Amino acid sequence: MFRKLLIANRGEISRRIGQVARAMGVSTVAVYSDADEKLPFVREADEAVRIGPPPAKDSYLSIPAILGAAKKTGAQAIHPGYGFLSENADMARACADAGVAWVGPPPEAMARMKDKSQARKIVQAAGVPVVPGTEGVVPDVETCQREAARIGFPVLCKAASGGGGIGMAAAKDPAELEKVFRQCTDRAKAAFGREGVYLERYFPRPRHIEVQILGDHHGHLIHGLERECSIQRRHQKVVEEAPSPLFLNGANPELYASLLEAAVKAARAFGYANAGTVEFLYSDGAVYFIEMNARLQVEHPVTELTTGLDLIGWQLKIASGEKLTVKQEDVRRCGAAIEYRIYAEDPVKFFPSPGTIQAWTPPAGEGVRVDAGYEQGSVVTPHYDPMIAKLIVTGRDRAEAIARSRAALEAFSVEGIKTNLPLHRRIAADPAFAAGTLDTRFLEEHARP
Amino acid sequence: MPNVPAHITGTVWKIEVKVGQTVASGEVLVILESMKMEMPVEAPEGGGVVKEIRCKEAQAVNEGDVLVVLG
Repeated sequence: MFRKLLIANRGEISRRIGQVARAMGVSTVAVYSDADEKLPFVREADEAVRIGPPPAKDSYLSIPAILGAAKKTGAQAIHPGYGFLSENADMARACADAGVAWVGPPPEAMARMKDKSQARKIVQAAGVPVVPGTEGVVPDVETCQREAARIGFPVLCKAASGGGGIGMAAAKDPAELEKVFRQCTDRAKAAFGREGVYLERYFPRPRHIEVQILGDHHGHLIHGLERECSIQRRHQKVVEEAPSPLFLNGANPELYASLLEAAVKAARAFGYANAGTVEFLYSDGAVYFIEMNARLQVEHPVTELTTGLDLIGWQLKIASGEKLTVKQEDVRRCGAAIEYRIYAEDPVKFFPSPGTIQAWTPPAGEGVRVDAGYEQGSVVTPHYDPMIAKLIVTGRDRAEAIARSRAALEAFSVEGIKTNLPLHRRIAADPAFAAGTLDTRFLEEHARP
Repeated sequence: MPNVPAHITGTVWKIEVKVGQTVASGEVLVILESMKMEMPVEAPEGGGVVKEIRCKEAQAVNEGDVLVVLG
């Protein structure tokens, strides 16, 4: 195992990775921008290195700044967390060149997964069902219109190198598609420095279901069962849970088996190692591959808390060359877990709400965990994404997890900035949520104020 | 003359209008970016003519700062 780990991220995930590493006897290095100097993740690390000014491109996205910090501190490995450089194959290669271990998949696997149209072809060849769509990136608006007519409206236009809902929009007719194509192309260039969009069939009411993958560098790879993340706003997840209500009490057994099998097939087709997630859409009794994420997910705790798999711990062991000793038949679900992403935003309009946290009162109790990046007095700046914390609640079953969630959300209080806590209280109280009838448009009809 | 303020704190991502341009209500004047989200700032009820643009692309703005003056 490494003696020293650099965590190339910020907020709650830097803090959480640091806690796991230190508990394994690994010393931690935090890196931070000027905007984050006073946050808990910086203070709690064994060492902290300033890497630049607030804009992410000058700090958390700067490969030279982060490798410089690793060199300066003698860190032997870099954990990228999620977002930022976590899915950047150039970063993984730069680490290899610098003789620093990358806590993630091999750069070749990352490159294969990153271009979503490329990824589609690879998994399709491995027998994994995919959403009907274009074979490659669409070069111009004329081709785009022709392809959309073939696939059938409504279509979804996505940036080939996008993620987290950035550079993604639906179009119901050719006029709307023309506008959307231009927007996505612009956005892809601005956010990722690359042009290129592709099209796929748009399912109006899908469920979002994903499968955890864990593999070592010695050829052993397993799945860690599924999560459901259907409750979203602006194509970003708001509530995630394990197990998926779709498969509760042995429901849909054939579909369940084929979902897990498809996830393993996809991961193997990419030559995957370390922790990753294969994402699927569910619609009308079938699942379709959408993408594989080459990183730890935000929602990984719901898997950890219901399977006992220590995902971050395994990530570190695997990156240091150890064998994954968990067998597929040892992975079993116990209980239910639900994660609520606490965003600094208006709970109705979802407008961002940066500011200073005047009061921070997290809940506590049986089955209640809060992973927070901030505390009382912290400043939430407009530079990074709005997630300030995650509330994760477990129970012996889903009903108990929901009942505990209601109490925990009631007790959770944040003052000084707007948060989506009122939205989460409405979700936890919503009969449709309790019934588990979820889809990605849930928030358009349910949990309204 | 209606002053059109920023409704959130963030940075100016794009300015969509020019001085002298006539805009209808609901038309996008400026797109702000905050916390990785794009938030369009729209012309208020009644629209008008763009008299002045009080921001630059990539500029940091606070909630309430006047971005565009309509006449």
